[in-house]
This record gives sequence, structure tokens and C-alpha cells, in this order.
Amino acid sequence: MSEHPSDLQYTKEHEWVRVEGDGTATIGITHFAQDQLGDVVYLVLPKVGSSIAKDSKMGEVESVKSISDLFVPLSGEVLEINKDAIDHPERINEDPHGTGWMIKVKLSDEAEVQQLLSAEDYDKTLAS
Amino acid sequence: MSSDTPLQRTPLLSNHIAANGRMVPFAGWEMPVQYEGVLAEAKAVRTKVGMFDVSHMGRLYIEGTGSGEFLEHVLTFAVTNLNPGKARYGFVLTEEGGVIDDTVVYQQSPEDGSGERYLMICNAANRPAIVDWLNEHMGDYPGVTMTDFTTESVMIAVQGPAAAAIADSLCVGEEKPSTLKPFGSMAQAVKLGAEGALVEVFIGRTGYTGEDGFEFVADAADGSNLWDALLQAGVTPCGLGSRDVLRLEAGLRLHGSDMDTSKTPLEAGLERFVNMKKDAFIGREALVKQSADGLAQKLVGFKLLDSGIPRHEYTILNKDVQIGIVTSGSYSPSLDTGIGMGYVSSEYSVLANHIHIDLRGRPVEAEIVELPFYHRPK
Repeated sequence: MSEHPSDLQYTKEHEWVRVEGDGTATIGITHFAQDQLGDVVYLVLPKVGSSIAKDSKMGEVESVKSISDLFVPLSGEVLEINKDAIDHPERINEDPHGTGWMIKVKLSDEAEVQQLLSAEDYDKTLAS
Repeated sequence: MSSDTPLQRTPLLSNHIAANGRMVPFAGWEMPVQYEGVLAEAKAVRTKVGMFDVSHMGRLYIEGTGSGEFLEHVLTFAVTNLNPGKARYGFVLTEEGGVIDDTVVYQQSPEDGSGERYLMICNAANRPAIVDWLNEHMGDYPGVTMTDFTTESVMIAVQGPAAAAIADSLCVGEEKPSTLKPFGSMAQAVKLGAEGALVEVFIGRTGYTGEDGFEFVADAADGSNLWDALLQAGVTPCGLGSRDVLRLEAGLRLHGSDMDTSKTPLEAGLERFVNMKKDAFIGREALVKQSADGLAQKLVGFKLLDSGIPRHEYTILNKDVQIGIVTSGSYSPSLDTGIGMGYVSSEYSVLANHIHIDLRGRPVEAEIVELPFYHRPK
């Protein structure tokens, strides 16, 4: 059974997106990504209010084993960051699609959402 | 090693898979990097007891008349004066004083004085080089033979404050492992489960985690049952990931990262494992000369003063000038900060000196600190 909820959308770079329907979206990394990383110990996120462009680097997630850049899959303005996850990076391992969320974004181009993957298609990219 | 060389497997592969071990290639072997998670496993070893499959490490018997003298010639430490069962740690060096490998050697001669035998433990990646090196230098010692029994045996490291109680509970003999001093060893009969068979196990009070602990060596055929008996006794399976964190916290150098044939034990800060009172051993003259000339670089331990994790081959800076390179780095759960070891120009290798580590373009301040980073509670 998939660990990736069907009400979220995904990228090949292992981010998930929850499109909220009011022109905003919440973004995090997938269960698969946190499992590959192992224990996360540091999280670096962009400043609230900053503008981010699709596919640009928005931060870093660092586990005991490795460090990975975080890429933002949608353009917009950062409305909120998950300070609790910065203080408690283990949230990303424990609940990657819930309390381990990373940023909330006000979308500047909602058409970009069309390029995201369904849970089913994301799981297919993992299997291939 | 080319990537299409098939990986070697230890006799415990099915145990690792049963315990959800994540298997990765390491030094030509298929080894578990983690089970539950690196931090949970490191915590188990620091607070209770964990076990590691270290069967990939080389196990060699050096035996026969003159084997002690032969080992004196190729090792940096004294061998012939080892008491029965006792072990020492040190190095095999090139003529230039570079570290071919670090090793633990146990004296295993029969107590009736009928012969000589030593057990040498070497790193997995260095086993071929060590076997070649020993063969090359054995010519003057015709009575000495070497047997590589790595693949006919298993080795399991049981580490943590509860390791002694666990080891005692498994051993049926009157002489208990908890009576061993550090670097002591004994042969013991171990019972594998309530109805289980008795098997002969060699137990040394050694390890690579900074905790009390033991290393068990048994026949390959008994390995799987021995692992299961330890599991049933409550020992947490631990992978290479936590082993690396624990050894770094304990200030223990890793050959291939923190030292190799381009570094001497003096540069690595391990002169206490080099016995310069010995007349002659391979590499001694080079160390005498280096000692007289002074060291250009030295290994230091450092901890980061801001968030981030130093990693192998990151640059060490003084202001914005490179003064060295990181050889080992990790997040330290015991200190809750990034820690590392690396070589710096000697002039900067001063305790409490502040340096910077280049974390992918972000210079983070670090302080040079005494090794080890972690001391186990007395």
C-alpha cells in the first residue's frame, strides 16, 4: 500500500504539495524522501515574505547521513514556515505529510499546479 | 574495486533482512547501514546495549615458532610480552611510516607453552593489502604461518553499558566475560537459546563505540543462531551508520578516512600506540625522523558552534584561507552539534582555537576541542 496520500500532489524531486483552493499551497517532502534521508537533524527554510521561483532552491534538509537541497515546485510568496519543524526536525521523519510540513506559499501562477503528479503517478516513478 | 564485482555477504545476511536492515555496499561487502534508525541505534548503545555485524573485518591467525618476533617486526606495538589472552591496538606501517592499517592483535598461545598463536583483526577494505604485506615480510621467519579465516567465521560486537550482563547471561562457564579487563579475552561456551546447542565462542573485551563491550568470534555456521540469541536477550541490532557516529564521538580514527598510507600515526595523534622503545619495526626510522623534523600537519577534533554537519573532504578555513581538510564528520547526538576530525597545518592545531568549516559555501565557526568528544559515565 502506498505511504503517499491521494489528496496530495507530488514532484519527481520528492516534494508533496497540498493545493488549498484559496490560491495557497502547503509544501513538504514525501515519506519516501524522509525514509531515504534517515534521521533529519537540521532544516533550513526561506524567510517569510520572500518570493520564490519554481524549481529554485528554497532550503536544505540535513540528516545524519546526508544533506539535500530543497527545491520549490511552484512560484509564489512564502506566507509561513514551519518553525516547529525547524526546532524539532524529527517531525519530518515522524509525520512527513502532516506536522512535518515545511512552507505555505501564496501561488503566483496556479497553472503550474497542472504539472504536479498524482500519488499514483508518483509511486510509479519510485517503482521504475 | 569495480562496481560489477559481486558483493561478499556475511553469514548474518538473513538475520539483517529479517530485522529490516537496509543493506548497502561497504568495502566490497553487503552490510546493514541501519535498521530502526541511526539515532535510535546510537542511543541504544549509549544507554543499554546494541550489536553490530562486523564479520566483514579481517580475521587472521599468525602462528608457529617465531610468530611473536615476526609481528614485532611489522607492528608498532610490543607483542612478545603480551600476557595470555591479552590484546593491543596499533599499526602496520610502510617504510615511510604511512598507515597501511590499524589492527588489534590478541595473544592466543596455548597455556601449556606448546606453541605460539596470535589473532589479528584488520579492516575489511585492507584485508588483501595486509595479507600481501605479511606474506611479503614473512620470509625471514620460516616457522610462521598465516591463516585467513575471515569467511569461515562471524564477528559480532556487543556494545553498551548492559553488554557485560548480556555476555554473562549467555555464557555457561564459571568464568564470566564481565571479569575480563579491557583488551582481555577468553574462550567460552555460549548457549544458543533455552533448548539451544552449546557453541564455542571467542570473546574479547574490545569495541569501536566508546562504550564497554565485547566482540564475539564464532564459526560461520553458528553465527545466525548467536545473533538470534543476542536479539532474544534484548540487544538492539545496529548498523554501520550508528557505528560511525559512535566511533567518531569516541574520537576513534577510521582508516581510509582519518588515516592512510599518506599519514603517520604521529600526524594522526596516535603516538601512544607506537612503542618507540622497540629496537626496530617497519616504519620506525621514518617516525624518528619525522619526530625530529616536526610535524607539518596534525589531526584535530572540532565541534561546530552553529548548526550544520561537517563531512568528509569539506575544507577547513582560517578566515578565508584553507588550512586543512575534514576527514570525518557527523552530527553528534551526545553533544547535539556537528563534530568532526581533520588535518590542519600544525600552527593551527591548538586547543580552543577557532576555525571555520566550509559547509558547501557557508563558513561555519568551529572550536578545536580535546578528543574524545564523548566520555562514558564512570
